[in-house]
Amino acid sequence: MSYALRRLGFFVVTLWVALTINFALPRLMPGNPAIAMMARFRGRVNGNVLKALEIAFGVNTKQGLVSQYFSYLGNTLTGHFGTSLTFYPNSVSQVVFSALPWTLGIVGVTTVLAFALGTLVGMTSGWRRGSVLDSVLPPVFVITSAFPYFWIALLAILLFPITLHVLPIGFGYSNTDTIGWTWHFVGDVLYHAVLPALTILVTSIGGWILTMRNNMITTLSEDYVRMARAKGLSPLRIMFDYAGRNAILPNLTGFAMSLGFVVSGAILVEYVFSYPGVGFLLLQAVQNEDYPLMQTLFLLITVAVLVAILVMDFVTMLLDPRTRSES
Amino acid sequence: MSAGVLAPKRGLAGRSRWGRLRTGAGANLLRAIVSNHKATAGAILLLIFVFFAVFPGVIAHDNPQAEIYARAAAPSAKHLLGTTTYGQDIFSQLIWSTRESLFIAVIAGALATVLSVLIGVSAAYLGGGADSVLSLFTDVFLVIPAFPLIVVIAAYAKNGGDAILIAVLVVTGWSYGARQLRSQALSLRNRDFLVAARLRGERRWRIIVFEILPTMTSLIVANFLGAALYSVLAAAGLQFIGLGNPNTMSWGTMLYWAQNNEALQIGTPLWAVMPGIALALLGAAFSLLNYAFDEISNPALRPVGRKRGRRRS
Repeated sequence: MSYALRRLGFFVVTLWVALTINFALPRLMPGNPAIAMMARFRGRVNGNVLKALEIAFGVNTKQGLVSQYFSYLGNTLTGHFGTSLTFYPNSVSQVVFSALPWTLGIVGVTTVLAFALGTLVGMTSGWRRGSVLDSVLPPVFVITSAFPYFWIALLAILLFPITLHVLPIGFGYSNTDTIGWTWHFVGDVLYHAVLPALTILVTSIGGWILTMRNNMITTLSEDYVRMARAKGLSPLRIMFDYAGRNAILPNLTGFAMSLGFVVSGAILVEYVFSYPGVGFLLLQAVQNEDYPLMQTLFLLITVAVLVAILVMDFVTMLLDPRTRSES
Repeated sequence: MSAGVLAPKRGLAGRSRWGRLRTGAGANLLRAIVSNHKATAGAILLLIFVFFAVFPGVIAHDNPQAEIYARAAAPSAKHLLGTTTYGQDIFSQLIWSTRESLFIAVIAGALATVLSVLIGVSAAYLGGGADSVLSLFTDVFLVIPAFPLIVVIAAYAKNGGDAILIAVLVVTGWSYGARQLRSQALSLRNRDFLVAARLRGERRWRIIVFEILPTMTSLIVANFLGAALYSVLAAAGLQFIGLGNPNTMSWGTMLYWAQNNEALQIGTPLWAVMPGIALALLGAAFSLLNYAFDEISNPALRPVGRKRGRRRS
């Protein structure tokens, strides 16, 4: 139980650090950048919104720093994120929740796909040391793992929409569409998702292949694998049930982490394709100096990662008895 | 791994086992680089880039920022890669940009590594309460999503220049290495040679600097390579979205201007393609060296059939 408590404690501490970063950053920067933001929006937004902003960023307020901090913590924890300036008069929560499904859909699906495919290929490659697959794939993916995501996205745009005139250049759906659960709209969304999804898949699968291959190789030299061989079990059974099953454990933790990172996902890929997800929204907020929106997105992304890690900790506790008996 | 956009690609150097490596790693390191194909390729690539960074004028004679040539020209003998919409020579820009990109990568990578060593090794060596605090600190920084944090900091510190950029990369890039170095140092703690040093009455800092660190040289180098790779990609990403200083010459900035002028659509695709290739090659150099180090440290990962021909069925 103490393991569970410690992990919970870690969750709380990290969340607190993220909240404090949000609070402290604008106040630490020389010449509070929020003042420039206020000046830009004065007159364009109504008085109450401006007043709330001033309190949130510590401008023109007579509150002390400590009470500012606590009212900030209180507001954030109760879900009062303020008003978005870019999408005025929508609240930050509304804006964020309209972008969330897009990212969860595209990055979520590709993350699961990349993990499944990468693990399978990596397992086979590690099992067949020195085969064609094993001698070609690892070096290729060592190199592609160093490619900038967004540049692959640019190449994809150059190759498909511009040179071959297939697939759209960006956005989540066509301008002419009416949004709703119609076959036409869903088809159009999928059509628009092909290129961003392929980009993320190509750039993220390499890591899974490499780590799984290396885990597999390490596991294959274990005694229990030799034992399985001695018993004369079928190679497939040894590969999946004996070696693969153990080799996948470290990768599972990585998978949980990357599920958490789905929300921040492929910020730059979304940016290149102008895909209406969370990453693109974050960069829009940055470019428009929409600090309330930016802060909330950073918090959301951090919370997503933290929740994923917490869930994985508990799953590990169920799967691996060693963590339970640990003091 | 799709985790984060750029951050956790460093898993390659993951479970290093440097147990067998003894002190005096300098000569070993060199021998290792020469004997491993991936390491040789990475080292040669890196040397080429260092040459570009130090002597860009030897290769590219045109002034990279002068807007004096024909606009958006196709590649020709005079302009090997054509010109930009502003009338700048793309080849020249590419070569001159090496300096800034490499500089940021090396400095940020080195500083992040120093921080990793300081925090990781002291946590392991001090133990007890200090270890708990430092480890918690490391873990917190490890899970806070790096790229969004970089974007947020850079957004507040608009056009802060290279110093801010490097600071941000160091703050977000040290934690992974610190954790690795801590566990490595922990496993060393009760080795005989350290016990002997303690019994001899050596001072703490002497033990750390002269006994522990030399043993960990290779892991530290691997960490530097990982941190440098991360810095190359993260810096390029930031510059690409316009959060670097758009007036400096770097590959990320080239991509920023290319994207802003729709280089792909208006028929100057090389403007956007070439800086990406350069980034990928520099990244590949770090990545190849890093992976090779993993192979050197963990003999089980080495390609089969070369050194010891013992094949498993």
